[in-house]
Amino acid sequence: MNKLKVFALLCLASAFAYAGGYRVSTQSNKQLAMGHTGVAVVNSADVLFFNPAGLVHLENKLNVSVGGFGVFSDVQYQNTDTGAFAATDSPVGTPFYAYVSYALSDSFAVGLGIYTPYGSNVTWPTDWEGSHLVNEIELQAIFIQPTISYQLFENVSLGVGAMIAIGSVDFNRNASRSLTDEQGNRSNVAISDSGVVGIGWNAGIMFTPTDNLSIGFNYRSLIDIESEDGEATFSNFPNSPLVPANGTQGFTATLPLPAEATLGVAYSCDKWLFAFDYNRAFWSEYENLDIVFENGSESINPRNYKDASSYRLGVQYMATDALTLRGGWYFDESPVQSGFFAPETPRNDSVGYTAGLSYSFSPSFSIDASFLYLRFKEITESYDFYADPGEQPAPFRGTYKSRALIPGIGITYSM
Amino acid sequence: MKKINMKNSIKYIALFAAAAVLVSCENEFDESIEDGGVYSAGEADFTKFVSVGNSLTSGFADNALYLEGQQNSFPNIMAQQFELVGGGEFNQPLVNDNIGGLLFNGTQLPGFNTRLVLTGNAMGPVGPANISGTPSTDIANVFSGPLNNFGVPGAKSFHLGAAGYGNPAALPNANPFYVRFASTPNATVIGDAVAANGTFFTLWIGNNDILSYATSGGSGVDRNASNAAVNLIPAGYGSNDITNANVFASVYSDYVTALTANGAKGALINIPDVTSIPFFTTVPSLALSPLDPNFGPQIPLLNQFYGGLNSIFVAFGQPNRQVQFSTTAASGLVVRDNDLADLSMNQAFVNALIPLIQGVAMQANVPISPAQAAGLAQILAPQFGQIRQATANDLITFPAASLLGGNNQAIFSTLTSAGLPVELAGALTANGVTFPLGDNFNLDEDEQASVTAAQTSYNATIASLAAANGLALVDARSALQQVAQGGVAFNGGFLTSTYASGGAFSLDGVHPTPRGYAFTANFIIDTINTTYGSTLPKVNIGQYKTVQPSNSVGQ
Repeated sequence: MNKLKVFALLCLASAFAYAGGYRVSTQSNKQLAMGHTGVAVVNSADVLFFNPAGLVHLENKLNVSVGGFGVFSDVQYQNTDTGAFAATDSPVGTPFYAYVSYALSDSFAVGLGIYTPYGSNVTWPTDWEGSHLVNEIELQAIFIQPTISYQLFENVSLGVGAMIAIGSVDFNRNASRSLTDEQGNRSNVAISDSGVVGIGWNAGIMFTPTDNLSIGFNYRSLIDIESEDGEATFSNFPNSPLVPANGTQGFTATLPLPAEATLGVAYSCDKWLFAFDYNRAFWSEYENLDIVFENGSESINPRNYKDASSYRLGVQYMATDALTLRGGWYFDESPVQSGFFAPETPRNDSVGYTAGLSYSFSPSFSIDASFLYLRFKEITESYDFYADPGEQPAPFRGTYKSRALIPGIGITYSM
Repeated sequence: MKKINMKNSIKYIALFAAAAVLVSCENEFDESIEDGGVYSAGEADFTKFVSVGNSLTSGFADNALYLEGQQNSFPNIMAQQFELVGGGEFNQPLVNDNIGGLLFNGTQLPGFNTRLVLTGNAMGPVGPANISGTPSTDIANVFSGPLNNFGVPGAKSFHLGAAGYGNPAALPNANPFYVRFASTPNATVIGDAVAANGTFFTLWIGNNDILSYATSGGSGVDRNASNAAVNLIPAGYGSNDITNANVFASVYSDYVTALTANGAKGALINIPDVTSIPFFTTVPSLALSPLDPNFGPQIPLLNQFYGGLNSIFVAFGQPNRQVQFSTTAASGLVVRDNDLADLSMNQAFVNALIPLIQGVAMQANVPISPAQAAGLAQILAPQFGQIRQATANDLITFPAASLLGGNNQAIFSTLTSAGLPVELAGALTANGVTFPLGDNFNLDEDEQASVTAAQTSYNATIASLAAANGLALVDARSALQQVAQGGVAFNGGFLTSTYASGGAFSLDGVHPTPRGYAFTANFIIDTINTTYGSTLPKVNIGQYKTVQPSNSVGQ
């Protein structure tokens, strides 16, 4: 019967899984409107995120850019074998960013960025069909990035940044497919941690062979988020030594936020700017998730993510002196492999359609708006690595349909 | 110039907003279950589902009717699937709590205890016990409001049509479960069910017509043995009697006629074998293993004692009663069989025991006078006068489990106070070894034959009425045979009838767990689909719970 306890703990593994499928690309209103391209685009202080080497190319001495988004996502689930269906009722996610850069000289600039590249809320109906995998999950990572940028040669600049990531997670799932307390309440395990700090770095290079062509490359390192002070809460377990006891205990776990590399090109012509980025996220780092609980039990959970690419296209048009229009498209490949498709990671390959505009009230001040429609194809998949305590694996199958609508607004200021 | 720009800007912004609205359309499946785009009802109409029967229909489990059991009753599970093809609400006479047990005007009704839960310790599961707590469901508070579930725990076939079965004034002869929701004190279950005017129904009745006889070890009367007038009047039946098959056929036919009078379609569910339930399969009749450290070492002494007794049986012309324990294989329990003549009525048998008892005492180094031996023979004669050794064909009932390994305390203290040492008194009163299991703990071959004969006849009636009325015939008998003989695989496990751990049966050993009820619902749905061309989906039975572990048990 100890098996049961180990198992209940083991299943917490899924806590972090979704981060893989939900790297939220909302780090700039201007760039999001252009399909979230930007490694070779110098538009504003936002380039601090996309390629720190671009910072030194900004025309003004001081550049500030602040913005935020509302992430309205919903996921539909159904299983035609059983007739079960459910839909998420997730709270609105609010990723944000703030960048500031300052040119110390023509060839040297410094900057500081705060942004949220990871984060999502998925809230299924409590005790729904897949509640043994997830009822509710909320994950966020805030990155702080001090950056320097240097013009090395006339047409080559470099940039380097340190990344301090502060992560938090709240995750709640039922202990098994059917265990309840004496009153019929589903036995539940929740874990919570916040303020977990991880450190990484990024570096970029920008090559500008002509005035209207630039090529950029940026690398962001792996950050391991090591949770050590979190709390696991067991509730609604029946009063029995055959199952885990109610109460709280500590746990440790490590979540990799994987490295990624981006190569891109931007070409400007008259009022037009065209950009293309290729991005590779090294998710294969994420093979297993190990969780060690205070009581000594350990679990190693297969995740088996694969490296994943995204392809991004963006275009910008200066419609008037004051108004700039943008549009874009991207394809984002999911790192989640077949058989590992869990409802806390209901993200298959997606296609994003973006649009946006900036309106300048003065040469130094503009408002930026963007809109992203992220569409996931209907997919029938399963998560095959769950088993009730002491039982055979019980694949959780179903058809998922997801989408996200993400409007955003921001301001840029320069002087 | 600036103005014109502004005008253009507004156009562009409007275009942007329009695009945003355009993509904000619903996130929908190509074929949505929720929107009714996947399944069809076929020729059946599931708008109003009415379910009629006994404990199995009510969701009774763990020897009680409690909230969770009702929520997982097979008709309620089916009703949730019916909703996908236009089925309406399914109302049940829900009890107040998850404790179980019944009150009448504030006083607990005897015999209606709290539900069973599985106790455990650090080593693993221990056994069933009544959950602690006070029942709060008072049958004096008659349930009002529309109902779809007319399952009455304990009901036999003829009870559904019996006026007054739910009359509180008739308690304890009325059924308290029906008292709780009868439309009027003298209503009938079938009358109330027909009044609900369902478009689709299930009828599952007749189980108790053989089950109470079987669980009591055949202590009732087989009213099916003949069609004498007395056997055709159910009002005169004892609670453990087997219902006469003609009585069954007559009332069952009436129920089907009544339920189909409005043109409703439905499913008739037949009667499973008693041997499919753990109540009869948990305690083996050959329970005495030489490998058991509490039993094996005693075999030589026991065989010596029974050797003497066997000679007496032979001398009295009863060689079939001989008892012998094997040292290499499991041996049969010692049982009382009321079909055997009671030799203790014969003084010669009592006298024959005297030298046997002297011999045993001498073996144990206990000096015993002839007078004492005669006294002990008088005490022990009734214990051995009607015994035999169980064979593989006997079915020992579940309650015997709590006796085995213990002693008959009454005889034990009689023997010790008569001067026998504790060890010898213990050896002579071991339940199922030297103190026979009572006849009520054993369903012997003849009794099984009576049960099977009635069951076969009931099932023939059910099959022919299903065929005659174009109704679905659900072969629950073969479904439960599958579970009992080898088990049934499902997503994430294996469903068997093994007590407590098999998943299909609750801790009373008779009624299913929610998972067992879900399996039942799926089986019925299969038959409905076949009969009516509907495409109802089946539930994932792994999502339904099995037995409840808990150490919150009675004082």
